[in-house]
Amino acid sequence: MRIEKRITVYLSVMTTVHTEPTTDLPLTIGGRSFRSRLMVGTGKYRDNGQMARAIEASGAEIVTVAVRRVDLDRTKADGILYHLSPDQYFLLANTAGCYTPDEAVRYARLAREAGFNEFVKLEVIGDRDTLLPDTQGLLTATRELAREGFTVLAYTNDDLITALRLEDAGAAAVMPLASPIGSGLGLLNPYGIRTIKSRLSVPVIVDAGVGTASDACLTMEQGVDGILMNTALAEARDPVVMAWAMRLAVEAGRSAYLAGRMPRRETAVPSSPVAGMLE
Amino acid sequence: MTELEILVNGEPRRVPGPATAADLLRHLGLDARAVVVELNRQIVRRPHLGDTALANGDAVELVHFVGGG
Repeated sequence: MRIEKRITVYLSVMTTVHTEPTTDLPLTIGGRSFRSRLMVGTGKYRDNGQMARAIEASGAEIVTVAVRRVDLDRTKADGILYHLSPDQYFLLANTAGCYTPDEAVRYARLAREAGFNEFVKLEVIGDRDTLLPDTQGLLTATRELAREGFTVLAYTNDDLITALRLEDAGAAAVMPLASPIGSGLGLLNPYGIRTIKSRLSVPVIVDAGVGTASDACLTMEQGVDGILMNTALAEARDPVVMAWAMRLAVEAGRSAYLAGRMPRRETAVPSSPVAGMLE
Repeated sequence: MTELEILVNGEPRRVPGPATAADLLRHLGLDARAVVVELNRQIVRRPHLGDTALANGDAVELVHFVGGG
C-alpha cells in the first residue's frame, strides 16, 4: 500500500513537472484512437482488487477479456464486468483457447453480442505446449470475421509473410508475439518484429512474451505501435508497481524510437574535447 | 406445468415449462444484460430472449466475460 501511495505521488509529479518534448500521434486501430500504447490483460491476478489497481497504474485504455461459460454453481467469482467498468476501459475480447477457425469465429460472435464493440483479439492456437498460432486457421478466421464487420486484431508469430497475408485478409492490426504466451522470455526476434513493422500499413502491436520493463522498452524501440501484456503484470511479485514500470518503459521505448538512436560503432569516440589537454 | 429437459452449459437441467430464454435466465438468477445466450449454436439476441421458446433437448450456452489476456 505504501508503495502504491508513492506511485500516486510520482504520477502527480509527472503530470505537473513533466512536459513532453515530443508529440506523438494517437494509436489508431479500426478508426478508433487511443492515447496509451500499452494494453493489458485481466487474467491470472491474485484477486480482482489487485487487477483493478494494476490496470489503473498501467494507464492502459484497452483491456482484454475472455469469453467463457457462466458458472451456474456460483462457486467462483462473478464476471469481470463486476470488477472493471466498461465505461472506463475499452474491452477487447479475445478468442483464447480456440484451436479451429470455426471455434474462434463462434467466440468472436458471442463476444460482439455482449454489446460493447466490434473489436476482437483473434487467437487460433495450433499447439498446446507452445500456444503458437495456427497461421492457416488464423487467416481463414480473419477473412471471415473481417467480412462480418469485425475489427480483427490477429495474434500471430514473428513471420513477415503471415503478417502480410493477415493484412491482406482484412486484419485491422497484426499482433506478433515477442515470445510464447506467458513465457516472459522477452523479445526473441527484434529483426522479425522490425521487419513486420516496416512492411505493414496496419498497426503492429506486440502481444505476448514480455517479461519485464526492459523487454517492453526494447520492444517499443523497434518502432511497433504498442504492446499487449498480461502475465508480466499478473505474475510480478507486485503487479501494481510492475504495471507502473511497464507504463514508463513503453513511453520510454516509444520516445527513444521517435528520437532516433545514435549509430552503433565498433570504436570509441571521446565525449570530451581532445584539444586543450595539459602539456 | 410441464418440465423441460435441456442442456445448459453442457449440464442436463430440468426447468419449469413452457419457458423462453428470458425465463431460463430468471430461473437461474442471471442478469440478461451480463450474459450472452446461444441456443443450439445460434445466438439469441437480447431483444428476442423473451420470445424465444425453449424445447426439450435444446442445448443452451450462457457465456460472459472473464479475466483473460
